Amino acid sequence: MLELIGDNLLSPILLAFFMGIAARVVKSDLEISEPLYVSLSIYLLLAIGLKGGVALSITPVGELALPMLATIAIGIITPLIAFALLYRLFSFSLENAAATAAHYGSVSAVTFLACLSFLEIQGVPYEGYVPALMAILEIPGIGVALLLFELYKNDSGKSLTRAVREILFGKSLFLLIGGLLIGLVSGQEKFEPLEPLFVDPFKGILLLFLLALGLQCGNRLGDVRRAGLRVIAFAIALPVLHAALGMLAGKAAGMSLGGTVVLGVLAGSASYIAAPAAVRIAIPKASPALYLTCSLAITFPFNIVVGIPLYYHMAKMLF
Amino acid sequence: MPQLKLLTVITEALLAKRLIEELEGLGVTGYSISEVKGKGAGPVSASEWEGRNRKIETLVPKRIAEKILEHLEKEYFEDFSVIAYTTDATVVRSEKFDPSS
Repeated sequence: MLELIGDNLLSPILLAFFMGIAARVVKSDLEISEPLYVSLSIYLLLAIGLKGGVALSITPVGELALPMLATIAIGIITPLIAFALLYRLFSFSLENAAATAAHYGSVSAVTFLACLSFLEIQGVPYEGYVPALMAILEIPGIGVALLLFELYKNDSGKSLTRAVREILFGKSLFLLIGGLLIGLVSGQEKFEPLEPLFVDPFKGILLLFLLALGLQCGNRLGDVRRAGLRVIAFAIALPVLHAALGMLAGKAAGMSLGGTVVLGVLAGSASYIAAPAAVRIAIPKASPALYLTCSLAITFPFNIVVGIPLYYHMAKMLF
Repeated sequence: MPQLKLLTVITEALLAKRLIEELEGLGVTGYSISEVKGKGAGPVSASEWEGRNRKIETLVPKRIAEKILEHLEKEYFEDFSVIAYTTDATVVRSEKFDPSS
């Protein structure tokens, strides 16, 4: 287990992430400009979508049904668990509990990519259609958490409609689904000429993006210290619980070891791109310092460093 | 030359599109929008990922400026990182900026 973590820690993309954090710690003037950051994220989301779409085009529909159902179930259950724990056990305010639950119900694309990279290094195959599962899981988590908030609060629901638009047509889901559709419709043969752009340089772009995320995390180190042990404990325990549920669901749906780990990682990851935008609109009274610190500065590093090898270790016990 | 108000709104990026629509609904006929960097007294902006803050500038007659400020105060000032202020502006062809004239 420790060996797995050590091995994972020395992968170039993780080292780039730490390099980003280090740049902030030593107060280097290194910056990744906003247009570059946006370009990198457009590339990554579109590339994930395209590859997933091509894989979908050669996957029999029957093979997809159960994993998709399992994913939807996870998307509904995880925000409920997160909300119940935060609201009842950790006595967060209603706003903060719902906002944070939305983040933990949704997914992080980069954690997903770190997981695929880990599986490839370990030589574990996984189902090619998993990006479709990520797209599915991005929506219900945020939706359920926002609904919970509206139910408890009896609001007019005006901000909810706005937030739903924000999720459905926000750039991250739009790019992912757009890519999936293009890949699905065009298929393997027509996609091949694009591989030199969308497949081969992918790892390098991912490395640059992790450097950018490292810088962003480095900015939040102070917030982590201020958040306190209770919040840190929550932001580490919850992903493990969610990942365990995700892997049980994956196994039950008949997925392979690799696919099960991917579903576990998806369930255990927390959104920091789609969810903050939706939550800021729907629950403006919730504290961004809290939910962003949890998902971006605690859960994300935990998952890519310790979580992924740990979930892999756990999944192997199921098989 | 007649006086108008230069109304400046600085907002977290996420709200910019929505604010523009609302401003137009309140009688704004034109505006400039720019990306700005800065810091306020409010909490960390959730739109850090969406990028910098936006500065919206528009020239309007006094009554419209007042209507807009009232609207912003009611809808945004409590929960969002939004600030707004007006200054007097001497404007050539000022009738262009007043929808009622």
